[in-house]
Amino acid sequence: MSAGHHHQLYRAGDTPAHRLPPQCKLAAVVGFVVTVVATPREWFAAFAAYALLLAGVLLLAKIPPGFVLRRMAIEVPFVLFALAIPFVGTGERISVAGLSLSLPGLWAAWNILAKATLGVVASVLLAATTEPRMLLLGAQRLRLPPLMVQIAMFMLRYMDVILDEMRRMRVARESRGFTARDVRHIPVVARSAGALFIRSYERGERVHLAMLSRGYTGSMPVIHDLTASARQWLAAGTLPGAALAVLLGSVLLKTGEW
Amino acid sequence: MTASLEVDRLAYAYPDGTQALFGVDLRIERGERVALLGPNGAGKTTLVMHLNGILTAGHGTVTVAGLPVAKGSLKEIRRRVGLVFQDPDDQLFMPTVREDVAFGPANMGVRGEELDQRVKAALERVGMLEAIDRPPHHLSFGQRRRVAVATVLAMEPEILVLDEPSSNLDPASRRELAEILRSLDVTVLMVTHDLPYALELCERSLILSGGVIAADGPTREILADAELLAAHRLELPYGFSAG
Repeated sequence: MSAGHHHQLYRAGDTPAHRLPPQCKLAAVVGFVVTVVATPREWFAAFAAYALLLAGVLLLAKIPPGFVLRRMAIEVPFVLFALAIPFVGTGERISVAGLSLSLPGLWAAWNILAKATLGVVASVLLAATTEPRMLLLGAQRLRLPPLMVQIAMFMLRYMDVILDEMRRMRVARESRGFTARDVRHIPVVARSAGALFIRSYERGERVHLAMLSRGYTGSMPVIHDLTASARQWLAAGTLPGAALAVLLGSVLLKTGEW
Repeated sequence: MTASLEVDRLAYAYPDGTQALFGVDLRIERGERVALLGPNGAGKTTLVMHLNGILTAGHGTVTVAGLPVAKGSLKEIRRRVGLVFQDPDDQLFMPTVREDVAFGPANMGVRGEELDQRVKAALERVGMLEAIDRPPHHLSFGQRRRVAVATVLAMEPEILVLDEPSSNLDPASRRELAEILRSLDVTVLMVTHDLPYALELCERSLILSGGVIAADGPTREILADAELLAAHRLELPYGFSAG
């Protein structure tokens, strides 16, 4: 049986960062990211401070740097995009090691890279310290649209079931001598995908019947009582609070210069 | 005494006009265990869907412990009729066993300590208490079927309705489930093709065929009547005899 391979983002542990209620952590990460995004790109010191703050929380959560780095792979497409901007950008150009680069392009690339990296690390931190289902319960608690939370919950539950089904269909194809080798085989694979979609749709109908049979009336009942104390909110608020302090401090310094 | 389940001249046609039930009459007393036998396409599933009001009768009535199935009574009806579906992956849709078993009672408004007690008691009855915090997809098929039974037991139903409870189970899981079902003091209606299982668990059997109840009597007598079985596309497995 496939043992939850989509839970690789989570790293079990019992640190203060793990123990906080999920809704506090979700709100904290969103607050942190908004602060980062609101920071003007020229304020290098502020970005350095944000990075230090994140590093502090990672240390607290006992998440090794290698774990974070591997999971940052999701950022690679953005990095490639950012790296291309200075070459294709317009405006004033400067010469670096014989390459002609656009100055506004360099700024844009830095802006994307710095903010995206901080955002991704914060998200990896959240995912590493919070089980996916708890994350969704936190989202439910924060009153995110219930329909979206429910869809995500079912995705989590049925991912393995559907992957298993997909695997069985592949085995059935291959048992009859089919292997996908080149583009001419795409129609066959596409038809399988269509069949998989219909099977999943039918399963959805059956699950809905099972839910109705147990008294479902459109909203998920609250089963886990995820109340967070003021103290826990305060603890979770440390990261975005400190980031906000850095931002406000920088604003005061900059305006003081003028 | 009011019967656990009373179905009176129930008829139903699907929206496309296909008539599935042509006047079903049956009565199940409290504490009985009854098998509902019948060939594929006899209308078994259609009948089951009427018992908790998922389908609405075209004609006739369904009454559960004195309460007629109607729009206004659906919530209570669904508490009273515990439906266990054939595929436990359809039945177990929550991230963990605990949340799944709690889903029904929580919908009924049970909260906190009482909810916790109900969940544990239901899992205890099917011998799955140690799996309470595991995700359903990490359980074996037999274990998932047992948890599926617990999800409806937690609602303290008047009648347990099982759709093909022995399908896809290995012999040991099949026997374990039988032991669990026998240990429950609840009315059971079991839809099945597994005739030896019906004989093992149910003193009484019904044959649903062509949208009507074609036979109703002690399981042993029904299974011994080879002609009756043959007339409704039912047969005992090779080597079995109910005599």
